[in-house]
Amino acid sequence: MNVDSLKRGIVIDHIKAGSCMDIYKYLELDKLDCSVAIIKNAKSNAMGKKDIIKVEGLLDIDLDVLGFIDCNITVNVIDDGKIIEKKKLTMPETIRNVVSCKNPRCITSIEHGIDQIFKLSDPENHVYRCAYCEQKYEKK
Amino acid sequence: MKHIIDPLDLSVEELDSYLDLADRIYANPEKYAHVCDGKKLATLFYEPSTRTRLSFEAAMLNLGGSVLGFSSAENSSATKGESVADTIRVVSNFADICAIRHPKEGAPMVAAQYSQIPVVNAGDGGHQHPTQTLTDIMTIRALKGRLGNLTIGLCGDLKFGRTAHSLITTLARYAGIKFILISPPELEIPDYIRDNTLIQKKIPFQEVERLEDVIGNLDVLYMTRVQKERFFNEEDYVRLKDSYILDMEKMSLAKDDMIVLHPLPRVNEIAVEVDNDPRAAYFKQVQYGVYIRMALIMKLLEVNDIEC
Repeated sequence: MNVDSLKRGIVIDHIKAGSCMDIYKYLELDKLDCSVAIIKNAKSNAMGKKDIIKVEGLLDIDLDVLGFIDCNITVNVIDDGKIIEKKKLTMPETIRNVVSCKNPRCITSIEHGIDQIFKLSDPENHVYRCAYCEQKYEKK
Repeated sequence: MKHIIDPLDLSVEELDSYLDLADRIYANPEKYAHVCDGKKLATLFYEPSTRTRLSFEAAMLNLGGSVLGFSSAENSSATKGESVADTIRVVSNFADICAIRHPKEGAPMVAAQYSQIPVVNAGDGGHQHPTQTLTDIMTIRALKGRLGNLTIGLCGDLKFGRTAHSLITTLARYAGIKFILISPPELEIPDYIRDNTLIQKKIPFQEVERLEDVIGNLDVLYMTRVQKERFFNEEDYVRLKDSYILDMEKMSLAKDDMIVLHPLPRVNEIAVEVDNDPRAAYFKQVQYGVYIRMALIMKLLEVNDIEC
């Protein structure tokens, strides 16, 4: 399968196989006008299988969202057909309005217009908790 | 401007200074009778309360201030759909400090984000209750003479018992504290207390089901009520409500200098016969609650202590 090389844009690589649509959703790539290529189950020496997303024309991206999802993802910025920067991802201390608290006892379940805030509570185990009720965020 | 939303909003040094001020007020309450003249406390209670609301109100009245507020969501604009954020923005114009109780966890944090006045969490759902903890530690310090080197047993509903969550979070910062957590498996402490406070900070603790097996090891026994209002299922409440009843037979297994605390109200988890035991400290605890809340109000309103 061939997907043209990017002249200018971003390649999000080493995405855990099967997770590319989560990233597509969290980064709100559906709202972009530019070309977006999603490659699922590409061969990877290190991972066996991986997903890749290529976004044409975009040079800036919310790294906190990607770090929250998986900080093993790599982000390459391409200009003039060459990699000009490899972005390093870290787990952000706080994420805001990326995911929602599922706890029915949390104030976020009834109070409209407030930010959904999650804080990193255990970096070793990649645990984020709601800033309001401390409920652990469970991905699925 | 400082808010008290979480027990960790006060450092150990601040806790000590609050307790010291409360002790001075306890010794000479009349000297503090006018330090808050002209100040107003708003009590925004979206959920029923007897002790906490009246304790806050008594505290402000004892300092010479006045109080306003509501005591149930039905008596507020919450019934019209008003948000916590809007309510606190309005109340900020009427009062100098506010105590808020709400059935939803995190509501006081929302209030603090929008408030122009200090906000105190007076209990948010089954989450935290930091001012009850101030009451609890004032009682422990007064009766045991220290806040470190204690074995604390917490018994009953540790899942929804917000006072237990705040007490564990607070006491975990003192040296030599060991917790024994006594509950049925369904009412064990939530993972944010177990993981973030006990395991991450390497605080010694054990979880057991039988009070009789451990009561003899305790310096403090903190009894809690099974929180009927937090259950989504009545059957679960009925099945668990009588899990623990402290009576004189169990008290006979305890140390002579153990103290029994309870945030109240009790249902039947402490038999009335225990009330006359000198180790029963839960009514003394209520008395201390007023003095520590007086200290809290003074500190948050930045009222200077008077020369005694």
